[in-house]
Amino acid sequence: MDLRAGEIRALLGENGAGKSTFIKVLTGVYERDQGTIHLDGQIIQAQDSGHAQRLGISTVYQEVNLIPSMSVTENLTLQQQDKTFGLISWKKAQKRAMALLAKVGLDIDPSKQLDSYSIAIQQLIAIARALSNDAKLLILDEPTASLDAGEIQQLFSLMKQLKEDGLGIIFVTHFLDQVYSITDSITVLRNGESIGTFDTAQLPRAELISHMVGKSLDDLAPASGQNRSQQPLETLLTIKNLGKQRFLQPIDLNIHAGEVVGLAGLLGSGRTEVCELAYGATKADQGETTLKGHVLTQGSLRSAIRTGMGYCPEDRKQDGIVAELSVRENMILALQASRGWWSPIPMVKQKELVEEMIKRLAIKTPDMDKPIGELSGGNQQKVILARWLITHPDLLILDEPTRGIDIGAHHEIIQIIQELCAQGMGLLVASSELEELVVFAHRVVVMKDRHKIAELDGEQVSEHAILQSIAS
Amino acid sequence: MINERNLPIFATLIVFMMLYGFGMYEYRGFRDTLVFTNLLTDNAFLIVTAIGMTFVILSGGIDLSVGSMIAFIGVLMAYLITSLGLHPLAAIAVAVLVGTLFGAIMGIIIAYFDLQAFIVTLAGMFLFRGLAYLINLNSVPINHPFVTALSDIYVPLPGRGGLTFIAMAMLTLLVIGIILARRTRFGMNVYAIGGDSHSAALLGVPVKKTTVKIYALSGLYSALTGVIFAIYTSSAYPLAAVGVELDAIAAVVIGGTLLSGGVGYVFGTFLGGMIQGVIQTLITFDGSLNSWWTKLAVGGLLLFFILLQKGIVTWAKRRTSPT
Repeated sequence: MDLRAGEIRALLGENGAGKSTFIKVLTGVYERDQGTIHLDGQIIQAQDSGHAQRLGISTVYQEVNLIPSMSVTENLTLQQQDKTFGLISWKKAQKRAMALLAKVGLDIDPSKQLDSYSIAIQQLIAIARALSNDAKLLILDEPTASLDAGEIQQLFSLMKQLKEDGLGIIFVTHFLDQVYSITDSITVLRNGESIGTFDTAQLPRAELISHMVGKSLDDLAPASGQNRSQQPLETLLTIKNLGKQRFLQPIDLNIHAGEVVGLAGLLGSGRTEVCELAYGATKADQGETTLKGHVLTQGSLRSAIRTGMGYCPEDRKQDGIVAELSVRENMILALQASRGWWSPIPMVKQKELVEEMIKRLAIKTPDMDKPIGELSGGNQQKVILARWLITHPDLLILDEPTRGIDIGAHHEIIQIIQELCAQGMGLLVASSELEELVVFAHRVVVMKDRHKIAELDGEQVSEHAILQSIAS
Repeated sequence: MINERNLPIFATLIVFMMLYGFGMYEYRGFRDTLVFTNLLTDNAFLIVTAIGMTFVILSGGIDLSVGSMIAFIGVLMAYLITSLGLHPLAAIAVAVLVGTLFGAIMGIIIAYFDLQAFIVTLAGMFLFRGLAYLINLNSVPINHPFVTALSDIYVPLPGRGGLTFIAMAMLTLLVIGIILARRTRFGMNVYAIGGDSHSAALLGVPVKKTTVKIYALSGLYSALTGVIFAIYTSSAYPLAAVGVELDAIAAVVIGGTLLSGGVGYVFGTFLGGMIQGVIQTLITFDGSLNSWWTKLAVGGLLLFFILLQKGIVTWAKRRTSPT
């Protein structure tokens, strides 16, 4: 990969494509085991991020990596203070900070604490700091994720100005609109490999997406819509105008009993956000969720569970399992929570329920008292599913239910989804794997840049159609 | 405008002035400079320990070993002077070096083995206390002309007050502490680590090396406390300074330093230590109250300050969160 001075390059790829690994190797956080990095014609090898900065490679991350409790000046001059008689001179530091802030077009009081400014300004301050040691290469890792439209424009005009000053910029993002509005060229990564570098102006959007997901649009014959368009059943869940600022644009969504609704979209498109807001794991600031005619209290998970909702989160390790607890304890959690802690489930009853679920979902575990952390990913996922099934939910929200599990378990989970649906449960399934979505989903909601951009029904559901609506 | 994070230290200053003002209003004797200089002398050992502790807490850590360190260094110093016949200056140098080294070792264990400071320094607390007993089981007087000369140094001030050697030593160490915290790269690194150690590493702060230095510094300051304490009492006792680590933590927190790190001032710690001293003095002046009332007052103040800090942090967060 080559990057010229004064070029803005987009680095694109789905989750796990290797974007962050690439950046970490470039900045010396990870050691590379082959290849060389040339900067201005010289071979360089950064030892750590401090060293990389001295070499001229600076990185600004999505989460502003500054110290919120320190002043702007202190943040800007950390590790490079001006001294008088061996002691830091805050007068000089202040001057230097002002000069740096001027470079990014900020006119703020640098003696104030960093966290008294908005995220957008903090982001710009981080860029100012990145520029402080004569950076030649600036890496922006998803800088726009927490900014609103106006703030993004401010950032873009700064990027253009820096580009004119001869800086090379690598811009990591998953907002395709932004890629087309600001970058000169695009490098696509997939599964840890570079797919190629393209001129932004000469790469149609549809082609870019097929590079990212590894499938060409023409390869995909419209799939047959089997087991779809049944009789409309009773409405289970109604989401009306549900949204949260900087998180998800308000959306409407209905789910009927006996129906699987798929959520498709690229990474960061808002799939997970829809799941979290629908369940109430993140409190929405507008709109309402109605389940079986009951309006759910925003932010009360207990009311969601009691009304009959279940939720398997995307990050199973972090948000799903309690690794140290046994299979039985993990499985019983949701039921116990919905009953309240004052009425414990008798042990006999617990064992009976768990035994039944282990059999029903064919969970492979030597016994029910094994810590869940020692099970394989697929079996962990089944335990999480079982956790909700024993509460007899009417609606299950599954966020990436098949991520990181082997092919056999993958297949079984899809079967379970289909069975549950046949029994009359409503399901909302978010997945990055389009081929599996089109197998079980009756309807697919397509997300893009945190908007709902399309809803495909029955016969329309196909990989081809989903990709096309993302590309349009 | 006053920065909201500076509110705790202003609160500390106001509490100190109110307590002192109350004393001056209530008791004639309180108005003499003697009371103030005695405060400096009597609380010197607590304040010096607490200054070292401030750096530790600013970085988000804790050091429970300081009380034992004081006792150990005192006993070690007495042993070197009385049994080995070393000149006190040499004995002090050795003792301080040993204290700093032990602090650094704890720092290395915390930083490079990625262990919790609480546990590592708890182990240090038991070890140093044990080492103190290993050297000597009983209280040993230190009768050396040089030590006596040091404790006799006295700079009279207007009124009946005057500065003793240990008061001056404390004030010197305070100034060094303030400069170290606010005017050196090391100090800034300490604030950065306490503020967000992950970000600090990405900003190029040598987190591990700085952590070792922080605990070495705390070791140094508590070793110096051991020396000051030995001079103050002209003796060394392995059971000395039990629980001083907790008094020091209280002084730091009352001084406005956030226990989670990143925010606070060394000068605040000085005020925190002085407040504890003023409360004790007020109770002595009153005469009818038991000295345990000090603990009650300190406990109440501590509670007030952590609630105040929590309130300020929550308020600041709510103000800056996206709306």
